[in-house]
Amino acid sequence: MTRRLLLLLLPIGFLGIALFLYQGLGRDPSHRDSALMARQFPTFEATTLRDENRQVDQTLLTGDVTLVNVWGEWCPACKQEMPQLLELADQGIRMVGINYRDTREKGLEFLSEFGDPFEVNVFDPDGSLGFDLGVYGAPETFLVDADGVIRYHHKGYVSPEDVRERILPEVEKWR
Amino acid sequence: MALIRLMLTVALLTLTSGALAGGIEIREFDDPVMEQRYHDLTASMRCPLCENQAIDDSDAPISADMRERVYQLLQDGQSDIEIVNHMVQRFGEYILYNPRLENRTYLLWGLPIGLVLLGVVVVVMMVRARRNASAKALSAEERARLDALINRERSS
Repeated sequence: MTRRLLLLLLPIGFLGIALFLYQGLGRDPSHRDSALMARQFPTFEATTLRDENRQVDQTLLTGDVTLVNVWGEWCPACKQEMPQLLELADQGIRMVGINYRDTREKGLEFLSEFGDPFEVNVFDPDGSLGFDLGVYGAPETFLVDADGVIRYHHKGYVSPEDVRERILPEVEKWR
Repeated sequence: MALIRLMLTVALLTLTSGALAGGIEIREFDDPVMEQRYHDLTASMRCPLCENQAIDDSDAPISADMRERVYQLLQDGQSDIEIVNHMVQRFGEYILYNPRLENRTYLLWGLPIGLVLLGVVVVVMMVRARRNASAKALSAEERARLDALINRERSS
């Protein structure tokens, strides 16, 4: 009798494993959390996009909840998400940009053409700050709380729905 | 003949060097051991952007950055484990082709071994069951009768 039961367990176990693996198949590998989640914003030293004599570091991101947007002039989705970022800035959210793998000239051109929601833009021409943030393509958006801890990460284009359904609730949560 | 051979050699060399230069930069190493470590490390990390290409095999800008960082860290004298940690801290466990053994991955590493063990248990059970069944098929009495019958048949 116990042997019957044990043999019955086999197909059940098989089904369990198959179902478990099957639901893994449907997952999108490009939607994964940043490795920096709940960690301190990486230390850095850089100049700003507008002023090559102004030095900034990670203390730029403490004191207030800040949205950090990694962008570049060469990145089409960055242009498309600018209206959403301007709207976020209008709502009084502190925005800091990271000008990623770009030149000053092109970066400034971009801002004058598509608008500038950022309080300040960190100039990262060689992508070293981007690397420490685990950025592997722009745009990427990070929410940093008042203590400088990364609380939310959005990979890719920020749509108006993303603003309403994800970003604004997250900002409220960490304020 | 010698000329043709020379021409062929030159043609082959240009072909192969052209293939090697395809996106992957050439690096100088003082130490062949370090060079091997560089190749092993860059072959063991997955490009975060291109989903299933190792960073030593990918043209994505981020892969070039990662190769450069691996090279720099090797030059700084960091160990393989330190370099892997450096990358995982930034890009996550996702980049490891061989996930590390930890709480989250016990099932992943343990499942194949577990299934093989389960298979062994099942086979042992089946063999035993069959052996018991054939041994039990005849009682001692029946066996004695069978032997008697066979013997009678033979002697007659």
